[in-house]
Amino acid sequence: MGNPYAGLTDYLAFHRVETNYRHRTECDTDVAKLRAAHRLLKETTFTPKLPERGYCHRGMYINVSTLEIKEQPVTQTMKDIFIGGRGFGLWQLWHAVTPKTRWCDPENEIIISPGPMSGITQYPGSGKSIVVTISPQTEIPIDSNVGGYFGPLLKFSGYDFLEIQGKSEKDILIFIDGQNGTVSIEECPLEPLDSHILAELLTEMYAENEADKVNISVVSAGSAADNSLIGMLNFSWFDKRRGCIRLKQAGRGGIGTVLRNKRIKAIVIRGPVVKGDSNHPADFETIAKTGIKLHRELRELDPSQCVMRRNGTAHIVEIMDAYDLLPVMNFQYGSHPETHKIASYIWDMRCTQRTNDGCWYGCSMACAKGADGLTLRTGPYKGHVVTVDGPEYENVGGLGSNAGIFDAEAILELNFYCDTYGICTITWGTICAFVMECYQRGILNKERTDGLELNWGNWEADLELMHQMAHGEGFGRIVGLGVHKMKQFFADRGWGDPALLEDIGMENKGLEYSQYLSKESLAQQGGYAMTNKGPQHDEAWLIFMDMVNKQLPTFEDKAEALYYFPLWRTWFGLNGWCKLPWNDVSPKDNHLRHEPHKIPEHVENYLAMHGAMLGTNITVEDMLNQSARVYNFQRIFNIRMGKGLRIHDKAPYRSMGPVSNEEYTSREERYDQQIIDEMGLEPAKMTLEEKVAAHRAWRTDRYEKLTDAVYKRRGWTPNGVPTYERIKELGIDFPEVLEVVEPLLSQT
Amino acid sequence: MKTLKIDVDKCNYGRDCGHECESACASKVFKHNDPLRAALHIRLLENGECRAIVCDQCGDCVVVCPADALKRNKKGIVLLDKKLCVGCYTCVGFCEKNVFERNPEWLEPYKCIACGICLKACPKAALEIAEVPAPSPRII
Repeated sequence: MGNPYAGLTDYLAFHRVETNYRHRTECDTDVAKLRAAHRLLKETTFTPKLPERGYCHRGMYINVSTLEIKEQPVTQTMKDIFIGGRGFGLWQLWHAVTPKTRWCDPENEIIISPGPMSGITQYPGSGKSIVVTISPQTEIPIDSNVGGYFGPLLKFSGYDFLEIQGKSEKDILIFIDGQNGTVSIEECPLEPLDSHILAELLTEMYAENEADKVNISVVSAGSAADNSLIGMLNFSWFDKRRGCIRLKQAGRGGIGTVLRNKRIKAIVIRGPVVKGDSNHPADFETIAKTGIKLHRELRELDPSQCVMRRNGTAHIVEIMDAYDLLPVMNFQYGSHPETHKIASYIWDMRCTQRTNDGCWYGCSMACAKGADGLTLRTGPYKGHVVTVDGPEYENVGGLGSNAGIFDAEAILELNFYCDTYGICTITWGTICAFVMECYQRGILNKERTDGLELNWGNWEADLELMHQMAHGEGFGRIVGLGVHKMKQFFADRGWGDPALLEDIGMENKGLEYSQYLSKESLAQQGGYAMTNKGPQHDEAWLIFMDMVNKQLPTFEDKAEALYYFPLWRTWFGLNGWCKLPWNDVSPKDNHLRHEPHKIPEHVENYLAMHGAMLGTNITVEDMLNQSARVYNFQRIFNIRMGKGLRIHDKAPYRSMGPVSNEEYTSREERYDQQIIDEMGLEPAKMTLEEKVAAHRAWRTDRYEKLTDAVYKRRGWTPNGVPTYERIKELGIDFPEVLEVVEPLLSQT
Repeated sequence: MKTLKIDVDKCNYGRDCGHECESACASKVFKHNDPLRAALHIRLLENGECRAIVCDQCGDCVVVCPADALKRNKKGIVLLDKKLCVGCYTCVGFCEKNVFERNPEWLEPYKCIACGICLKACPKAALEIAEVPAPSPRII
């Protein structure tokens, strides 16, 4: 990858890297004027309370059509079967919608639910909420795991979830005051939509004073959510040191689009002052000791392991490049000679250090880095000096290498606009990579893109496309449909070969792939496409285990990994945990333990804290069963909404192998060897086209074999439907669940 | 900045004293008779090694505190604002000298704030409040 430090001095001199993390363009909007224009539509009161052993035993329901606000019960069945977080969200959504409900129907809901462990301050990664809705992109339930203070502050105001239904006729915001016990729905005609301003203004508006700002969190989308299907949610918190709001994202699946379709500009919470025992755990001391142990581990080991505290997740850029896993030019290639320009040492300098970057108190992994002092070069905020949240690895891979962009400042600007417009960086990265490849192959041209030259590396065109989409203009309106709908749009107009579009359009179930090359890891191909919500690495990241460490040699080994890890990772989303502190730092002696890839000591940590919070002891098997109930319920929910079968777990061939001759040629030695070793053929006697075809046949066949093995291990039929036995064993054999699977199971 | 210093030659690590510094700290500052509750400790380890466990006001905890609850005062002493503390114990885990203490009654941790109460109690006159240069904040 070349000398990573080449040109470093020039880079620093040219970009005048900013170290003053309070230097940014001030927002001069008159908050009083905005508030004076508010019209109170509904206000009601409630009794604030703190959770006991992780639960408040009630949820808050708000209907923005009828202005009804009421409490929802949290029953013992909900706690036993669905735990919290994603489980509660799916359960509430199941009862709100019918198989015919579309994302834009009033009955569709947005449910935000922190789990029972959410809000712990002693153990890193405990501030998470999970947001669930019917996705505009996939048209099945989407769940998105997000940091920021909203979830814990909701819980400490006295609610295990917030459930929003209906559609308002005018732009509104919801304000929940957990200190005074009031909820209001207010018309808010003047507030701007873009999150970096909106969250700042609303924090200013609803905090009683400067000290109160840390008790405010804002959920908002951005102007792109009004004009695309890929709008996301930002969850804010007030960064005291920087003196500004920061944002974390519920990115996947277009939840921001649903929020704006309901005409909600923002949901604001003002929680109580947070203390270390606000969750009222059964055994505080165990949680405290376990947390301190991990803080020490991070202090001692992070500098020599993942360096998360300095670089965040972007520390892996050059590692991915070295292993041919970095997505380059729409996942065609896995490395690039210019990767050093966007490698971790750049982010080490560009992210401001000596400050605290956890997205909830006590997260000493502190990966929510911030790059301060970026002067924007394009768009409506051109010339403004801003703080960028990130970049994370996905942003560098998606906004950078996958679009052939190796310019750190351009990536930061793309990152900033994605956030404030309310666009998922992963989704945008894969969409933009797709249209750039279409441009490369002549499927698109200047005439079809309204004049945009979408060549690899053209970051100005990339940003212009994003500005267009955010404002509902030009070719931007088309890309805002997402890859799945774009493929159809292009094919309908005779733009390109439909089969090629299917091959190179990196989506499954309507959701865009996240930023890892899975061609050489069959297990990861399944980890992407055999998922509930669509391809992301939230369920399973098996590339190193499978491809690099060769720990999963057989179909059964891979199937076991695709049983265990999706369930293990689902457990984080049920409880309000972040996954990163589980395996982005490992105990010193981890390699000596049985199954070190599962980080056994950290699993023991989670078991200990679960017991300490709830006062009940569980085993690893119990954990997996908790997840399996929700996981299988979600699979059946997908079936109920028209997906969730084998046909929907198909993967685009670009994720499985070389689509084009040039992709083959770029790794010819490896692919030729596989023809000899795996297929028993002689590549020397084959044309390039024959070799590409032989690979497709071999790779497609083994994906089908993997599908069989995975379904068997998960207790599903060959069509991907959970069997009666599995449903009953898990205790989710509710009549309405059985009703969904019955017609499918009776066929087999 | 001010910091509590222990003259190890004079102190002798409790070999021939009653740990009066710890007792004074525990009883006068924390209203508790148990010297284990004190914010400083002198230890003679089994292997004969001597160790003083006391805050040198290095300020690492100021950098890592997510609630901005730990700050230097005008004298350079690092103080914890209990109203702002969220009890996350990042400071406890990130202190390389392990000087933070906890007790069952308080959510907030505590450490030596160089108040000087222990000075008079020491029979060896081994303690002093010294003026030392303040270190630059570190990246931790």
